[in-house]
Amino acid sequence: MTTAFDPADIRIMIVDDEASVRQSLEAWFLDDGYTVVTAGNAAEALTTMQERTIDIILLDIKMPGMDGLALQDRIREFNQDVVIIIITAFATVDTAVRALKAGAFDYTTKPVDPDELSILVRNAVEKIRLRRENESLKESLDTLQFIDEIIGESAAMRQVLDLIRTVAPTDSTVLILGESGTGKELVARAIHMNSKHRYFPLIPVNCGALAESLLESELFGHERGAFTGAQYRRKGKFEMAKGGTLFLDEIGTLSLKSQVDLLRVLQDKEFHRVGGEQLVKVDFRLVCATNSDLESAVKEGTFREDLFYRINVFVITIPPLRERREDIPLLARHFMERHAASTNRQVHAISDEALAMLRDHDWPGNVRELENAIERALVVNRSGIISPDDLPLRTASMTMVSSGDTLADVERDHIRRMLEEMNWNISKTAERLSIDRVTLYNKIEKYGLKRPE
Amino acid sequence: MQSVQLIALGTSARQLGLSDVRSGILKVLPVDVQLSDLHLDIDAALDSSRKQYHSTQILAMILEAANAGTSKLLGVTSYDLFIPVLTFVFGQAQLNNRAGVFSTFRLNNEFYGLRRSDKLLLQRTVKEALHELGHTFGLRHCMDHPCVMNSSTYVEDIDLKPGDFCLPCLRHLQTVL
Repeated sequence: MTTAFDPADIRIMIVDDEASVRQSLEAWFLDDGYTVVTAGNAAEALTTMQERTIDIILLDIKMPGMDGLALQDRIREFNQDVVIIIITAFATVDTAVRALKAGAFDYTTKPVDPDELSILVRNAVEKIRLRRENESLKESLDTLQFIDEIIGESAAMRQVLDLIRTVAPTDSTVLILGESGTGKELVARAIHMNSKHRYFPLIPVNCGALAESLLESELFGHERGAFTGAQYRRKGKFEMAKGGTLFLDEIGTLSLKSQVDLLRVLQDKEFHRVGGEQLVKVDFRLVCATNSDLESAVKEGTFREDLFYRINVFVITIPPLRERREDIPLLARHFMERHAASTNRQVHAISDEALAMLRDHDWPGNVRELENAIERALVVNRSGIISPDDLPLRTASMTMVSSGDTLADVERDHIRRMLEEMNWNISKTAERLSIDRVTLYNKIEKYGLKRPE
Repeated sequence: MQSVQLIALGTSARQLGLSDVRSGILKVLPVDVQLSDLHLDIDAALDSSRKQYHSTQILAMILEAANAGTSKLLGVTSYDLFIPVLTFVFGQAQLNNRAGVFSTFRLNNEFYGLRRSDKLLLQRTVKEALHELGHTFGLRHCMDHPCVMNSSTYVEDIDLKPGDFCLPCLRHLQTVL
């Protein structure tokens, strides 16, 4: 056995609802010199993982509340490194296979032979030792999770990524500013996934999508009988975000009453459910987003100044797509690959002309609009290469590429655009232009317009 | 000088020849070892479905029955011991505290279908006594050296390890004895 480590550097967590099992395993591992913590249920285990690094988890399957397999799934979403050993009294082949498939390192049944337990842990320690040897290499790499979802190499986007890296590990409230479709939720997710809150949920609330009365119940939850139709007690978003991140999108649309309620929760860290008397304590990280100008709203009296200062702590501004056109080809290819894979379409390239058209478009709907345009192009494409014909941008982009300022230039471009829109159907185009077909033929000839091959 | 009380647990344990165990301990540790006349009924620690005794409960019983004081309390039994998560344990002790217990059940050659050897049984018993006492004096399992504080999960492990402490463990003992 290797002796190149100090057992005290190996942090073992025992998760079992039976106190006697926790105590006996804890004593056993303490005798070996390991650092040991215990947890009686899944929530305690997650809290512990939030507070400290754990190397090995000895996990019981059958526990009240979230069982061991569900807990393992939850942990695996965020932590691939921790070595999980399942120890269960109720062994079945099914659960063993499920546990191992879901990433458990090993699986054994209670009671365990002391020698078997020693070997299990020795193997786990060896795995950890090897991993630690590689850690110095990994440290030099940027291992920020989920951040690769945010596509962009422009200076503006690099700055956004830097800000995410800076603020994610802190507990600071973040305000994300950006036009509709710029990816504010993606930034919120990247912040959440790279913070200590990542073991708990990210709860998004679209403040603009709910009526004020519904929003109150949505945020605070309600007791049974709190209002007509409230047949059961229901947890609100504040409670659901416990330990995690609450993402309030379109916070600028909150009514003044909701703003007061929110401010109170942020200040007191506790609240009552609708129709309830019991105080509920909350602990979450707050990330807000808006596409409206909150400072102006404060001046106009539609947004509370005190709430503004509370959420305006660390600001990340996402630039609109038109201000980072250099990212458009990258984004377009990314969406092409993503949707081609998910829809099983054999589309593998974007023509230079189509790329030019994409770059020149103003994208009022930003990245979301671009993604929709690419998705649509994949549906209509037949050649395997996305061409201008596949893009739903003709009107805007053809206007942009107007080749001159004279009346004749504009007439030529307009006729060409109409012809393309009507798929060179002369009768329909003539009708649309309110001219007869002969006049249209004359103009086509005059301007040298040709049907594309 | 630190003192150790050797407590025979269960009727059969009184036949164990604890005076030989006492002599074995005295050869290695500079402590005062007394054979306790405490008669402790450990039946409440029996798990009838497993036909084994819960060693953690026995530790609690020993502490409750013994007088207040500083002497170490080492129970010796011929019954098989367990803690809930393991199939068995040779022994258990409180780290850096008063009580320890170990069993001769699995130290006996006859348990493994081999010819009885009183000499081997005594050697193993003394090693287990020193090991559990080591824990009560604050020693953890020693992984680095040939040492009686090595962890043993098979009886062969006990035979392979020496009946004495390695130098670093001895240095620790010197500071507490």
